[in-house]
Amino acid sequence: MTDVTPIRTAAESAILSRFPQAKASLPGTPAVAALREQAFGSFVETGLPHRRVEKWKYTDLRAMMREAAPLAAAPAAADIAAAEALLAAAPAFDGVALTVVNGRFTPELSDLAALPPGVSVADLGEALGSGHPLVGERMGRAASADDAALALNAAFMTGGVIVTVADAVTVVSPLALRFVTVGDVGAATYPRALLQVGADASLTVIETHLGADGPAHQTNTVVEIFAGDRSSLNHVRVNAAGAATVDVSSLGVVLGAHASANTFNFVVNPAAARHQVFFRFAGEHSTGNISGAAMLKGRRHADSTLFVDHAVPHCTSRETFAHVLDGEATGVFQGMILVRPDAQKTDGKMMSRAVLLDDDAVMNNKPELEIYADDVVCGHGATVGALDEDLLFYLRARGLPKPEAEALMLAAFVGEALEAIAHDGVRETLEGMVDAWLKARA
Amino acid sequence: MLEIRNLHVKIEDKKILDGLTLTVNDGEVAAIMGPNGSGKSTLSYVIAGKEDYEVLDGEILLDGENVLEMDPDARAAAGLFLAFQYPLEIPGVATMSFLKAAMGAQRKARGEEELAVGEFLKRVRGAADKLGIPQDMLKRGLNVGFSGGEKKRMEILQMALLEPRFCILDETDSGLDIDALKVVSDGVNALRDGKRSFLVITHYQRLLNYIVPDSVHVMAHGKVVKSGGKELALELEANGYADYKTLAA
Repeated sequence: MTDVTPIRTAAESAILSRFPQAKASLPGTPAVAALREQAFGSFVETGLPHRRVEKWKYTDLRAMMREAAPLAAAPAAADIAAAEALLAAAPAFDGVALTVVNGRFTPELSDLAALPPGVSVADLGEALGSGHPLVGERMGRAASADDAALALNAAFMTGGVIVTVADAVTVVSPLALRFVTVGDVGAATYPRALLQVGADASLTVIETHLGADGPAHQTNTVVEIFAGDRSSLNHVRVNAAGAATVDVSSLGVVLGAHASANTFNFVVNPAAARHQVFFRFAGEHSTGNISGAAMLKGRRHADSTLFVDHAVPHCTSRETFAHVLDGEATGVFQGMILVRPDAQKTDGKMMSRAVLLDDDAVMNNKPELEIYADDVVCGHGATVGALDEDLLFYLRARGLPKPEAEALMLAAFVGEALEAIAHDGVRETLEGMVDAWLKARA
Repeated sequence: MLEIRNLHVKIEDKKILDGLTLTVNDGEVAAIMGPNGSGKSTLSYVIAGKEDYEVLDGEILLDGENVLEMDPDARAAAGLFLAFQYPLEIPGVATMSFLKAAMGAQRKARGEEELAVGEFLKRVRGAADKLGIPQDMLKRGLNVGFSGGEKKRMEILQMALLEPRFCILDETDSGLDIDALKVVSDGVNALRDGKRSFLVITHYQRLLNYIVPDSVHVMAHGKVVKSGGKELALELEANGYADYKTLAA
């Protein structure tokens, strides 16, 4: 596009100089190595995303990443022990544990023996090197976009998991997919997961992200889910990464026909979080619910950027997000619904609601509809405001002190968003996290 | 006993109460009547502690204690209760959870022990039954999707459970049909125990057929312009407020 040599930031220069050294030790067949080179090439062109890149307008990753943290090493025994301690202290989610520490699948903290029939798990790090068929067939096909975060993960990915659910298998117990970042100093991790849910199968996945509050980790995760015809997927992501962590995550979903997929993202702790969802309807008569909630204080930042691709007719999508913003926190909602020319009878709606608890808190909403079919129902809405003063007075007139009245209203506000989660146990654990956040605020 | 002395209140540069003085004794039911815009609702909000109003002068004493220096929640814990003219809807807060939070907060503020769950449920069910409030309504979001009559009954339920010393009913009759009016009035009358006091604010005499007051006070232009017994309400019903609109001007 231009011959001008771009000025590199210190972080960009560090990342650029790192790849040639690192690539020899990164896992993968020659085909994977070629993929890495290609992805790295695209990063060389774009650099870190910044505010003049439209999709990253409100999340200036270049400004947020003053330095590039060094690549996290494979976890040693002490790291695994540290991860275990973090997991033990964090809110627990029932389910079969699959754990990824510093970007590597960690069998010591996983419960492979408890996998139900019809579910298989492979170490993605090994799979990259062994030529696992799903790597060639699926990887990069759900989360596929010209995007610097995706490119960086593809270039530096170290491992993670591949989960396969056979056709017609109903997995009753959720899978608890846990990404933990450990280390006393900030490290960069590039984990990845690839899930294939067969036709007529159903699966609940609870994806958690954890880390200690001190070190300035930089995590960049990609999760891709391919859900077959008539399948049912429930995915909940809980971002409780450390308070100094800059977390970038990309979720790709490709959904078959007559299927339903729900994904919910809850952000509560990291310094900055960008969650991008690429959701594609590949089969007709399917439903997708993409929702989330963020509770942010201090100078935290959370961005939900969605791209919902109605590639086929007769599908329904809902995007529903709620933000509670205190202090100088910033929330971002960018929702894009694309209705392709053949996607008649599409029903797509998005809604973003935010409560600002401080004059310095900011919410940025950018809904976008791109519609090329003529027989569709699409809409968007957004509300941003302080807590309702009249409601607050009503509660106080009944004897609730101001902090308790506010907490009750905020719990109700976020609770409404949590209703999108079908699994009772998961929702209750998240309600507990909401209460803990509110108690810490009061 | 509630004593309001020489109360002057304004909101956004508009003077609403202009030297209002009123005493309601223990066990007394006092009715306040008056034309629209006379400051009746303002009076109820100022007693309850709504922050939009600026008190320029005067005192409100509940058993000798100046409530104007207290936060709204402290006033509630001290025994003041306002039944709202327009009860608010709180989506996502189940009525039962709200009742538990309110009763718990008031007991805590008074240094009392929290009610055991069984006792709490017993009290709520008992009070709800008396007001004809079905149990499943208590599981729904507070006032969400309730009819006008249901909302008013819910206010009286809260009043019954919180056991205030002093109750203010702000146009509780508005929007009620005759059957609902009777249920609500019965609920209020059941709480008259010779000690608890009531300030019943209403535009129409009708409510006072059901909640028979000990005293009636006419408000106009931000102050009480005439006081009398229950017969004063009948006189107003017959003659209207026209005399009083000019009286204070």
